Amino acid sequence: MNTLLFRQGGMQIIVPRPQGRSGLPRPVRRLLGPVLLLAVWEGAALAGWVSPDTLPAPHSLFTTCRELAAGGELAHALEASLARVSIGVVTGLACGVGLGLLSSLTALGEDLIDGVVHMARTLPWVGLIPLLIIWLGIEEASKDALIALAVFFPVYINLVSGVRQVDPGLIEAGRTLGLSRLGVVRHVLLPGAMPNLLTGLRYALGSAWLALVFAEQVNSLNGLGYLINHAREIYRTDIIVVCLFIYAFLGLAADFSIRFLESRLLAWNGAFATS
Amino acid sequence: MTRTVCPPQSAPAVRVRGLNKNFGARRVLADLDIDIRPGEFVALLGTSGCGKSTLLRILCGLDTQFEGEVAVPSRRGVAFQAPRLMPWKRVWENVVLGLSPPGSLADAASVLAEVMLEHRAAAWPRELSGGEAQRAALARALVRQPDILFLDEPFAALDALLRLKAQQLVARVWERHGFSVLLVTHDVEEALLLADRIVLMCDGAVACQMDVTLARPRDVSGPGFGAMRRTLLAWLGVSGDV
Ligand SMILES: Nc1ncnc2c1ncn2[C@@H]1O[C@H](COP(=O)(O)OP(=O)(O)OP(=O)(O)O)[C@@H](O)[C@H]1O
Ligand SMILES: [Mg+2]
Repeated sequence: MNTLLFRQGGMQIIVPRPQGRSGLPRPVRRLLGPVLLLAVWEGAALAGWVSPDTLPAPHSLFTTCRELAAGGELAHALEASLARVSIGVVTGLACGVGLGLLSSLTALGEDLIDGVVHMARTLPWVGLIPLLIIWLGIEEASKDALIALAVFFPVYINLVSGVRQVDPGLIEAGRTLGLSRLGVVRHVLLPGAMPNLLTGLRYALGSAWLALVFAEQVNSLNGLGYLINHAREIYRTDIIVVCLFIYAFLGLAADFSIRFLESRLLAWNGAFATS
Repeated sequence: MTRTVCPPQSAPAVRVRGLNKNFGARRVLADLDIDIRPGEFVALLGTSGCGKSTLLRILCGLDTQFEGEVAVPSRRGVAFQAPRLMPWKRVWENVVLGLSPPGSLADAASVLAEVMLEHRAAAWPRELSGGEAQRAALARALVRQPDILFLDEPFAALDALLRLKAQQLVARVWERHGFSVLLVTHDVEEALLLADRIVLMCDGAVACQMDVTLARPRDVSGPGFGAMRRTLLAWLGVSGDV
């Protein structure tokens, strides 16, 4: 920040900057922002600048959260929502990886699949909700399918582009080492495409939460979306905000799990190495 | 350190007859014949674009779109100009990759010791210097106990000092193991230091050959070296007097 450069005739002295700028550790510094925001929010609520019906104060949200948890509603809703996301993500991931491999490894697969996927990708998947309900019914299947769709496209597209980006020299090296076709896939193409695949997965998980919210707004009898809809009917802003926070935390948890996967699977790639 | 090459009557390690290769309408290899005896060290010289790498790729089984007769040992080691290590495998895993039955850390360690890289067995390829990576690639070729080693300008990217060390290393492992070597190089001195025979390629065919009869270990200032160097440079169309 303040590397000072003094000019002395034709010479330049570059003053070294001490390493590590602030005394606070990085995670603490990163927490500072949200904590400050909460403080301002609480202050505004206490001062009476915001009515509790518009936006309840943080401390009352904790109370609401505790009530919901004690009544068992929260656990029940979480269970239903997580089940939907899990089924959708696993299905979408399996289809994305399966079709992605088929299309990137075989010429026939590429001709058959890739064009169709890229055409289908231009459809906004949210617009498919009415169709999915007609095809699969208003119960779980249409919700799972919507989440699976949201996961499928980013996984497929990133995997295919990852496989295509693998250095052809490495594939040749694998062949001169006597690797079979399957061996090349396992030891060269898949690990080479892993950074892209994980990027796709991270994006896919983000889409999955979005799809969950959309799906649960339509006629849910359980899950976080149901809790929100019900809260709207009885005018409980606090419950809505609590549920939104839970969505956010789940998204954050998903992001952390991807980060963990990256630090594990991409340790070879300096950028992700855990120091 | 003398070395006896197997007598000429034994079956050749590499036998190529009437090899033709086209890229589209362009003929890159034209009726090429070449033999390599077991244990023989052959250096392949030639102007850029004359088809050396194309020949090597055919010989190591990477390119099967050709016409003619090609016979090579089934146990082959290959090293290219770039080390081509898998970045996602540790050095020792790179070395034993593709071995069947699967190789162990101990297998890798013994061959890594031969290229003086034992201490880097657990490193990631990105943590290696250029010379270390090239040595790891050499170890990966050696661990297969090849009957022939194909080298396509493996030292071209190294600085002069490292190249000298790498050349000595190749000479040493060759003397110890007794496999054949086909080394593609642009470096006339490198060819003269290492090879039993130098083959000069021109326009996709063998133009001429020269047996290097100098005693080993060789030295650029040794007797006869300068004369052979001048002959080779003349073949390549360069005047020897700089
Ligand atoms: N995949 C390819 N498609 C079309 N032409 C090619 C291909 N690979 C090589 N060639 C051509 O074939 C000729 C021989 O190439 P090759 O790589 O064998 O040359 P080389 O002797 O190894 O040259 P250098 O010493 O520069 O490495 C060149 O003219 C090159 O342009
Ligand atoms: Mg070449």
